Amino acid sequence: MKILVCITHVPDTTSKITFSENNTKLNKDGLQFVIGPYDDYALARAVEIKDALGGTVTALNVGLAETEATIRKALAIGADDAIRINAEPTDAYFVASQIAAIAQKENYDLILMGRESSDYNGGQVHGMVGEMLGIPSLSPVMKLDIEGNTAKMAREIEGGKEYLEASLPLVLGCQEPIAEWKIPNMRGIMSARKKPLQVVEPSSDETLTIGQNYEMPAPKGACKMIDADNAASLVELLRSEAKVL
Amino acid sequence: MSVLVFIESADGEFRGTSLEAVAYGAALAKAQGSNATALVLGNTVDASKLPNVGNYGVSKVLHVNDDRLDNGIIQAYAQVVAQAMEKEGANTLVLAKSSLGDAVSARVAAKMKAALASNVTELPDLNAGFTVKRSVYTGKAFQITELKSENKILALKKNAITPEVTDATAEVEAFSPSLSDADFGVSITKTDKITGEILLPEADLVVSGGRGLKAAENWGIIEDLAKALNAATGCSKPVSDMDWRPHHEHVGQTGVKVSPQLYVAVGISGAIQHLAGVSSSKCIVVINKDPEAPFFKAADYGIVGDAFEILPKITEAVKALK
Repeated sequence: MKILVCITHVPDTTSKITFSENNTKLNKDGLQFVIGPYDDYALARAVEIKDALGGTVTALNVGLAETEATIRKALAIGADDAIRINAEPTDAYFVASQIAAIAQKENYDLILMGRESSDYNGGQVHGMVGEMLGIPSLSPVMKLDIEGNTAKMAREIEGGKEYLEASLPLVLGCQEPIAEWKIPNMRGIMSARKKPLQVVEPSSDETLTIGQNYEMPAPKGACKMIDADNAASLVELLRSEAKVL
Repeated sequence: MSVLVFIESADGEFRGTSLEAVAYGAALAKAQGSNATALVLGNTVDASKLPNVGNYGVSKVLHVNDDRLDNGIIQAYAQVVAQAMEKEGANTLVLAKSSLGDAVSARVAAKMKAALASNVTELPDLNAGFTVKRSVYTGKAFQITELKSENKILALKKNAITPEVTDATAEVEAFSPSLSDADFGVSITKTDKITGEILLPEADLVVSGGRGLKAAENWGIIEDLAKALNAATGCSKPVSDMDWRPHHEHVGQTGVKVSPQLYVAVGISGAIQHLAGVSSSKCIVVINKDPEAPFFKAADYGIVGDAFEILPKITEAVKALK
């Protein structure tokens, strides 16, 4: 089983987001960067499948040199080797084109990634890669078992889930509870330093969107406190003041 | 060049967020001096309801009468949508962001080399090129994004537009795309889905519970209030992790992002990951026994106290209102 796991390098989910340079750039000062939380699930499941069935897991990231600590963490968790495509991940089409170019050469059985990155939340890259490679793509996948050449999966839909079957190869956007996140142990961290991390230049430079600038949401007004003994009065406030009932 | 709107259904009805997308597509087409057409796949909605899509501003509905499309087969759907865009000469696709919509629109984007913006919150600005405002960093910020290519796809966040509903009806035209067996390579073996309940991402009112409710069997007070309000129920991540509630009810950064008129959070402390999933709610009510719970800072109304005493009182007051 040859598995590619695409990871993003994103601010920790507890981060307070601010912008610099006239609201055109993310202010990275003091931010802790991590493997995207959804990508972390994909990686964990990939390592489990490799441990059960044999094979290799390659981690891939599109990013500048700053992302290498995040890629090393993926190696510490259990990826065998890694590829960094040396470019700013400017838009989903660009990132998908880079992944597809690598996958065309390597014939992976499974290409896994998170359902969406936690910075832009687009949820587009897996579908684009599937289309570019001419193979099925599914997301958000919350259960994945491999039996021979068949993947048995569950996909979350609004109000429930659907169970699916398809032949490999596949591109899947993953989410919990596909696997438990893995915390790298000391042996993993030590071995990650020696695992190969190949840096390749982008295969194209085409993007279809441009992020111009950012805006912050309007600040929230003060919270109006209601006495617990008078809780029923909330309903009248919601009707006449907030006008939401 | 015109606008095509992709419509989804649930429980035999068009989804509310899809009808918002129809209104958005119609408004965009009007601003561009073109036309908008809606696209319905499969036969899960009774054919007699198809002309009613016109209530939301389009004059034509393309209908694909093919039972194989009653299920959301992603590759087949992407084929149909792309072919419908070509047939209609549409260079812009509008749809509601959803589990299926995301998966389909990404494939269409690669097929048509279309610039795709998701979580769009307003009509585009057409004054200088084509730019949209979209929610990024899971609701923590917005980005103004320019769509550069000729073909464009807009995946809308709920409430990107308030639809004006009229009595106008749409003309229904049958559409027969060419589909191959390869487009149906993925098979859906079973679907487990709640029926007759309000879907969380669509809901205008949401009542959500957290660890403060102490156990799964205590959810009756949440369900009673939700029922009285005609609201959907949600929960925090720990609650879904502990299997007190199903995963599709998990609201937050790695779960469902909601944009209701009213979000009532009961026994949820308000971790930043949870707040990210609710930040676009119009009004937030927080009920928690801990006056220091961080959620109060993000709330419009707060009550400090025991949810087991407070919630039934609120439920009674809601019932009295009706």
